[in-house]
Amino acid sequence: MGYIVELENVDKIYGENHVVKSLNLKVEEGEFLTLLGSSGCGKTTTLRMIAGFEEPTNGNIRVEGEAIEDKEPYERDVNTVFQSYALFPHMTIYDNIAYGLKMKKVPKDEVQERVLHMMDLVQLGGFEKRYPSQLSGGQKQRVAIARALINRPKVLLLDEPLGALDLKLRKQMQLELKRLQKKLNITFIYVTHDQEEALTMSDRIAIMHDGILDQLGTPTEIYEKPATRFVATFIGETNIFDGAVADVKDGQVQVTIENGIISAKDFMSKSGQYVTISVRPEKMKFRDTPTTDFTIPAVVKDYVYVGSIIKCVVELPNGNEIRIERLAGQELPELGTTIYPYWDMEDAVVIHGQEQEMLRAMDSIQFS
Amino acid sequence: MEDRHRMHNFRSNTLPAIVMVGPVTLFMVLLVAVPLIYVAVMSFCSIDDNYNVVFQFTWKNYVRLANADYMKIYGQSLLIALITTVLSLLIGYPFAYIISRSDSRWKKLLYMLVIIPFWTNSLIRIYGWRTFLGSNGWLNTALQALHIVKEPVEFLFQRGTTVLGMVYCLIPFMILPLYTAIEKVDGSLLEASSDLGARRIITFFRIVIPLTASGIFSGCLMVFIPCLGYFFVSEILGGGNSDVIGNLIERQFQSGNNWPLGAALSIILIVVTLVLVKLFQKAGGNMEDLGM
Repeated sequence: MGYIVELENVDKIYGENHVVKSLNLKVEEGEFLTLLGSSGCGKTTTLRMIAGFEEPTNGNIRVEGEAIEDKEPYERDVNTVFQSYALFPHMTIYDNIAYGLKMKKVPKDEVQERVLHMMDLVQLGGFEKRYPSQLSGGQKQRVAIARALINRPKVLLLDEPLGALDLKLRKQMQLELKRLQKKLNITFIYVTHDQEEALTMSDRIAIMHDGILDQLGTPTEIYEKPATRFVATFIGETNIFDGAVADVKDGQVQVTIENGIISAKDFMSKSGQYVTISVRPEKMKFRDTPTTDFTIPAVVKDYVYVGSIIKCVVELPNGNEIRIERLAGQELPELGTTIYPYWDMEDAVVIHGQEQEMLRAMDSIQFS
Repeated sequence: MEDRHRMHNFRSNTLPAIVMVGPVTLFMVLLVAVPLIYVAVMSFCSIDDNYNVVFQFTWKNYVRLANADYMKIYGQSLLIALITTVLSLLIGYPFAYIISRSDSRWKKLLYMLVIIPFWTNSLIRIYGWRTFLGSNGWLNTALQALHIVKEPVEFLFQRGTTVLGMVYCLIPFMILPLYTAIEKVDGSLLEASSDLGARRIITFFRIVIPLTASGIFSGCLMVFIPCLGYFFVSEILGGGNSDVIGNLIERQFQSGNNWPLGAALSIILIVVTLVLVKLFQKAGGNMEDLGM
């Protein structure tokens, strides 16, 4: 598969704000790629640079191999679904959806046929003569999507399109968007700060943090093998342990943390290196006695029932809390008892990198 | 028990209501309603041989105003107002657009450039034009010094000069509502239009103009209506062929000393104004844009 959109060393600087930092990103044709991150991470700016509303300070953007960074938005074969929908309030739904085709001087008959077909596709048949102010949020959303898709763009850019909808409608629209994308086989670049949305819809997720692309991968890769501490904490719930490698043997590391020793499977680390270990709550295990690999005691503090899942909150000696998650009915320790948490070596993810070096520099880890 | 409750409520709601609404109502009655009624009554009064107002009902004033000479001046006044409005719109719209699209530092400066003359007495500013355009004025002196003309050019006392003065005086009334309307246009609509393949000029005509229509209406109204009454502009800058309705009214109250006739003219002007405001409302204008 070829790359439909390529960003090469793209920077965006507003005055003193470095919003996007030498971003490299290749989007495959026909995929659903999500730019995920908290607000201010540069994801929307990245999208706006692809659309042409912002100019990159440095770097190249290519669509189907052709450089587009000097092209005006109206010259680009990409369309945008705006967060605020941006429907033209003085035009009917029909005229809103037909706008792009009229600009391209498509013959009237064809415009009509395509608009009506598109309206059926997004289940808005019969709404031709209404005005945007007469529609609900979900309906406006569909108009915005139809108005962009009717132009058969090479890439559809979506800027938090479901942000303004309530939870139930959002879930429904997530599935519908995914269905549309598969059906029309158009590349979607989707911006959101909602990690669940990203995990449900995307073929691949690009996680951005402070203008940097932290990790690009499938939802499974991102969930199971987070590349940075930020990714581990941002996607799903996790237990994080910062510490220094004490011992390496047979593809396994022992790490000294504030409260004792933990272990994980790892071939990369060297003795003395600072690392972060991330373990998902559902992978946590516990027993009554310490072993040489796991020496941290923890007191069971609380239970949280979330539907069919029970979250058990346990407290480490330094006051940090970690979570153990089980399906209802499975065995869990009693409240107030002391347990020794552990996990299967391969269930822990060892993260090395700049952040861990920074931790060392800040000397923020106190050893007992 | 219940009655006493009600009493209590009644008292506690009425007093604040009177305190809050009372002064405003009093002001409106004294400063708007009473004078208006006075003018209306006056317009049906007669005068005696010494031009004293006599409270005797007559239609005569209105009948006199239907005369062809007056009709000519109404027409001329409407024409001047129309030309002034169109010119103000053509000059004011791009200006308002530029202000609203400039970055904040320039925006403040440009906005002040509109506001400061607006705060200055227009009579003084119109005299300024007279000094500038007069036969011994700066412009003529400069033109002669540069040997572009030999004799002073007669700039003053033309209908065009009146229109110039009107546009100059009234253009802030055009720019301010336009600016407000343009500011309200959501920038993402312009982006959406561009995203869908529209060049800037098409976006301007298809999105910006329709969405600022209410500002255009109110700007036009706020220029057109005062233009019918700004007698001092045509008096100072214009010649005999540029009288507006305001001049007629002024003359009846001053040199003509015929107050009932002036009052009738005023009533006609007020009626024309109300009709225009009604049309504005019908055309979809927003009364708030007129400050109502």
